[in-house]
Amino acid sequence: MSQTTQLLFKNRKPGETIFLKEFSANGGYQGLKTAVGTMTPEEVRELVKASALRGRGGAGFPTGVKWGFFPADKPGTKYLVCNCDEMEPGTYKDGVLLQADPHQLIEGMILSAFALQTQVGYIFIRYAYEKQAENLRRAITEATEAGYLGKNILGSGFDFELHVHGSAGRYILGEETALLNGLEGIRPNPRLKPPFPAVRGLFGQPTTVNNVETLANIPHIVTGGAQWFKDLALTPDGSGTKLFGLSGHLNCTECFELPVGITLHEVINKYGQGMWKNKQFKACLPGGASTPYLTREHMGVPLDFASLEQVGSRFGTAGVTAFDEDTCMVAVTLNLIAFFARESCGWCTPCRDGLTMVRWLLETLESGKGTREHLEMLKDQLANISGKSFCALAEGAMGPVAGLLNHFEQEIVDHIDRGHCPFNK
Amino acid sequence: MTSIESQTTSHLLDQQTLAEFIQHAGEIEHPREMIIDVLRAIQSHHGWVPDEGVELTASILGLTPIEVEEIATFYDKIFRRPVGRFVIHLCDSVCCWVRGADEIAAYLKKVLDIEFGQTTADGLFTLLPSCCLGCCGIAPAVMIRQEFFGPLTPEKVDELITSLRKEALA
Repeated sequence: MSQTTQLLFKNRKPGETIFLKEFSANGGYQGLKTAVGTMTPEEVRELVKASALRGRGGAGFPTGVKWGFFPADKPGTKYLVCNCDEMEPGTYKDGVLLQADPHQLIEGMILSAFALQTQVGYIFIRYAYEKQAENLRRAITEATEAGYLGKNILGSGFDFELHVHGSAGRYILGEETALLNGLEGIRPNPRLKPPFPAVRGLFGQPTTVNNVETLANIPHIVTGGAQWFKDLALTPDGSGTKLFGLSGHLNCTECFELPVGITLHEVINKYGQGMWKNKQFKACLPGGASTPYLTREHMGVPLDFASLEQVGSRFGTAGVTAFDEDTCMVAVTLNLIAFFARESCGWCTPCRDGLTMVRWLLETLESGKGTREHLEMLKDQLANISGKSFCALAEGAMGPVAGLLNHFEQEIVDHIDRGHCPFNK
Repeated sequence: MTSIESQTTSHLLDQQTLAEFIQHAGEIEHPREMIIDVLRAIQSHHGWVPDEGVELTASILGLTPIEVEEIATFYDKIFRRPVGRFVIHLCDSVCCWVRGADEIAAYLKKVLDIEFGQTTADGLFTLLPSCCLGCCGIAPAVMIRQEFFGPLTPEKVDELITSLRKEALA
């Protein structure tokens, strides 16, 4: 049904995993061959910068700029780490990609390692993705036997070894410095930045951490060119395609590869096939649990980093979770905050105590026992948690609270005035 | 530190896996990175990680037990207490919740006659709430042994529990 150019999902078949034979037959490892055969590492880095690719893990930092901070020419061990801890509610695209086509990531990592001149790579993968981890281990074995991994890759003199590293739960591991601690076997609280991982990362060595989808895009940029990749997006400053994982009150809750800049209307009505049980759309999380809500007034907004920032939200991971007209947004926000409060690592006070406080405030308001004083306290917490925590977890947690206060303050007031949740019929 | 030779380990790890861990730890630059692998292997063999499992992990990796314990207690998928044969991780995050996870939770508690965090009297099932499992497209969902089941209805929960009970008898 999709007319979008399919890069990452081009080999995807329902219920199947594609391995080396089929991946190679469909143009797999051509990007790697082109890069190591005809380009310098610096040329690959420049190409990625020119493509305007932005990180697909949620924060959306330009990949070429991030790589620009990396001391690729510095001697000594350097690491490339793939963040496959995908644990933000509403986000499941990396899991789908690695179930369908694990070599997409393997080729992307080898090519990125060449660009950054890192000798060792790790794929840090969440506990729940054991099938994906098995796919990756098999793909690594195949790539090693084919000469794409190991010593003197494709006769280039470049060496790269790649390991899959499992985890055992907890959302905080998706924060890149907590992830590095987790990889090292240290208690995974986040680290103070600076120094940034590019300077002192894994085992104290220069490290770049990139998301699965980000890395998987690199070979396509090499084979197609930076301008072609940019032109895949529908917005002038956008770039590439994006994996959209749909969920919530939609008729179709699947994952699609769509152009960056597609409108919310098209995602909800064409790909999501409209609202479940013929109800009306009320709101959605546009890019995972930490992104402020969009509402009916945002149906025409192109889903891209810049356009979503303009309307006070974020593109995030493009995990779109839709809510119907009968959904209480105070209750949704309470569910989200309960997640973030439970997943807080407990390291800093704004997150450990602040989110617990916000959960209590939302419980009080949702139960109908809240007063206007509680509403003011909620606003106060927003002002005193956002921007004041040690890492981005609490900042993200407050995204939906900000969205609730911006778009649904009247709904909170209704709870207070009626003394009960207006949606509990 | 206790030497591995002086510990009884067979209930914690099969001896081949233990030998492989010891060999690998001696070969790599940073053996500490293996903590989660070792803890998960012990849990997979023994069902959960007892104090001796923490001590064994420490011995293999050249760490103190407290260095292992602060890792073991951080992760919610490492169990430091006994659990049932089948641990049911029920997603309570937003995508499952809006598609009826509360009803599935209530139904599971009723048919198993336990609350979250408890194990059935026959030792078969432990019910735990979990954060998002990445099953947002098949909500509401549960994870059992790293396999996923969803979208769940009370009827499908019945089928699932029946088939697991049958498996336990076989």
